[in-house]
Amino acid sequence: MSADPAADSAIGHASSRADGRAPNRITDRAAHRATGGAAYPAADSSLADADAPAPGSVLDIRDLSVVYRTPIGDVRAVDRVNLALGVGEVVGLAGESGSGKSTLAYGACRLLRPPAVITDGSVIYSGRRVSKPADILKMRPDELRRLRWREIAIVFQSAMNALNPVLNVRDQLLDVIHAHLKMPRDEARSRAASLLDLVGIPRSRLRSYPHELSGGMRQRVMIAMALATEPEVIIMDEPTTALDVVVQRDILSQIVELKDTLGFSILFITHDLSLLLELADRIAVMYAGQFVEIATSDEINREAAHPYTKGLLNSFPSLRGPRRELAGIPGSPPDLRNPARGCPFVPRCGYARPQCTDVDMRLLAVATSRDPDHVTACPFVLPDTPVPPPAPPSPPAPPSPSAGPGIPAGEQGT
Amino acid sequence: MSEQTLTVTSAAAARGPLAMEAISLSKDFRIGRGHTLHAVRDVSLNLYRGAVVALVGESGSGKSTAAKLLAGQERLTSGTIRLDGKQVKVSTRSDFRRYKSEVQLVFQDPFSSLNPIHTVRYHLERPVKLHQGKDAKVDQEVVSLMEQVRLTPAKQFLAKYPHELSGGQRQRVSFARALAARPSVLLADEPVSMLDVSIRLEILNLLDDLRERFHLAMLYITHDIASARYFADEILVMYAGEIVERGPAEEVTQFPAHPYTQLLVASAPDPDNLGSTLRRRGRRQGPSTSGRPQSLEGAATLGCPFNPRCPFADDLCRQEDPALTQISETRGAACWHLDVAAPELSGPRGGGATTTE
Repeated sequence: MSADPAADSAIGHASSRADGRAPNRITDRAAHRATGGAAYPAADSSLADADAPAPGSVLDIRDLSVVYRTPIGDVRAVDRVNLALGVGEVVGLAGESGSGKSTLAYGACRLLRPPAVITDGSVIYSGRRVSKPADILKMRPDELRRLRWREIAIVFQSAMNALNPVLNVRDQLLDVIHAHLKMPRDEARSRAASLLDLVGIPRSRLRSYPHELSGGMRQRVMIAMALATEPEVIIMDEPTTALDVVVQRDILSQIVELKDTLGFSILFITHDLSLLLELADRIAVMYAGQFVEIATSDEINREAAHPYTKGLLNSFPSLRGPRRELAGIPGSPPDLRNPARGCPFVPRCGYARPQCTDVDMRLLAVATSRDPDHVTACPFVLPDTPVPPPAPPSPPAPPSPSAGPGIPAGEQGT
Repeated sequence: MSEQTLTVTSAAAARGPLAMEAISLSKDFRIGRGHTLHAVRDVSLNLYRGAVVALVGESGSGKSTAAKLLAGQERLTSGTIRLDGKQVKVSTRSDFRRYKSEVQLVFQDPFSSLNPIHTVRYHLERPVKLHQGKDAKVDQEVVSLMEQVRLTPAKQFLAKYPHELSGGQRQRVSFARALAARPSVLLADEPVSMLDVSIRLEILNLLDDLRERFHLAMLYITHDIASARYFADEILVMYAGEIVERGPAEEVTQFPAHPYTQLLVASAPDPDNLGSTLRRRGRRQGPSTSGRPQSLEGAATLGCPFNPRCPFADDLCRQEDPALTQISETRGAACWHLDVAAPELSGPRGGGATTTE
């Protein structure tokens, strides 16, 4: 590892990788090989030719399925999901709590513990520093240890819980550096200091303990730790959810700046679609463990196709522009223990029709979209499909924003 | 400052009679030796029956302390609270209980504000017995509360423990618990910030519905100014313990006058924000977002508290704290340089000709 020239390059050094920004692509599920029950750990994580990753991608998740084994049956948290993360790309993973977005990201790094079981799929990692693409799900423990943090780092959701309360900031940074890079002590210390510079925390805070830092600063420390080893991919799991908007924007613009100079890719998990529309290059919307729509963020904003995406877009109040009627998404996500046939969104969908129970949730191209890789799981609703009139006639709305198409009946019935 | 404040008519006044009046509330905390933290400084606000007033600000701006002062949970350092025209004193337990039956507080975190070892029924029965006296038909009342917050079938939910409920359902139980006292004032401290975006709207709609049905005077505390635009009649923007701007929700969000409000508005994620700093690199917009977020202790003790982060700050701002001055009949802002910060508002007739649709 230490022989790797990239390891010695000063942090902040611009990489020359920006050249090949991968075109957006979505790997069509139909084109995928049928994986037999992936038996891992297998002896060899290197790939046969047929398993070559999608060109230009650094992380290629294919047919990944994760279940939680419970006494009353398997919870299918992630169900045959395909996603490729391009070099230098920011891909947003959007969905409600319990839609499986974190399970997908952690599953791809094999960070899940029982009762979670990866039942199927492969995750092909092909970073600059590895000699050839390899399947993370088939890696041996030592290979996995080299991959984690060195190649794929994670910024966890709750910085207060993710940081060690009895170590100061410097020791935690040194911990990461010594664990993953071979580096003399002095050099590691100066690196820890320069990491704090990078995320905009004064060096005087090196000796602070987590409880002495504000929420925003703790999150910055987490980001500094993720950057410590110059990873190729950073998974950010709701990094700014607990922060207020001013700090959030501050941190996000810093992340984007760092991404542009250091050239890593980001998988950004959040339930706040409005944030992703501004931040991400491409957005994958997840519902009940499956993708329901994937497109560039411009296309999602301009003409979202899937009813769930439309619902999410219609859930957050906007500051600019005229006040619009907000409908939200009534109801709650389905029970994944025994999924109903067809589309899982049917009970909450305003466009639902009888045929919906026969939908096989295959992602179909949206012909009218400007993004050739825009796909949706709904075969009936197109971006311009008018909303069918809701069953109860909607009461006259203004001035109160409360009167959506029938006040949602609450999240009753579990 | 306070005389000037009073000349600003609250945009919420049109909705109903005055329920609660807070006049020049201040709260100091002593931290360590000889250090004082001015958490709330000279805050005045009025709550009207059937209207929502939003208190907007970042973490540490003192909004939650203000809510606790109004709820009688913290002692005032100075200032007066009047409820229905009568000055409030909560020196004894029974005073406090009487006050609580008029003013209820809903907390931010539905995961920690409910007792994990008690059922929903217990959470609701207690306040019903406490506030509605011995002759209350407790069972009937509890079921009707559950129906008010749309947790139906009530019987099924009453037997559940908090961990069996989703975040949105828990927050509904918190509302039901607050309503059990039949209050006239409901203080909601970040009621939706812990919930999923898709559920937030439902909960806000529910709150709005309760406001209308019970003619509640509501204070909505949030850091999300966009939700305040949709939900509130009047917005008060708080910074470092002071109200720096107030006015009708639509006007404040569309034509922010104070540089801090402008920063808040510019920071809210917005998909229609085409010149986004996040994707078009290297271009910063609006008032500088590069100012390090500061804690309350770091706020300027001399002059305008916002001056270290303000793009318009000059020597005057570093010396003297501006008072809340009137921009129009319904708007006020505390800034020395409103003519520079918001030139379109500082004319003889301020305020945007916004139609609230």
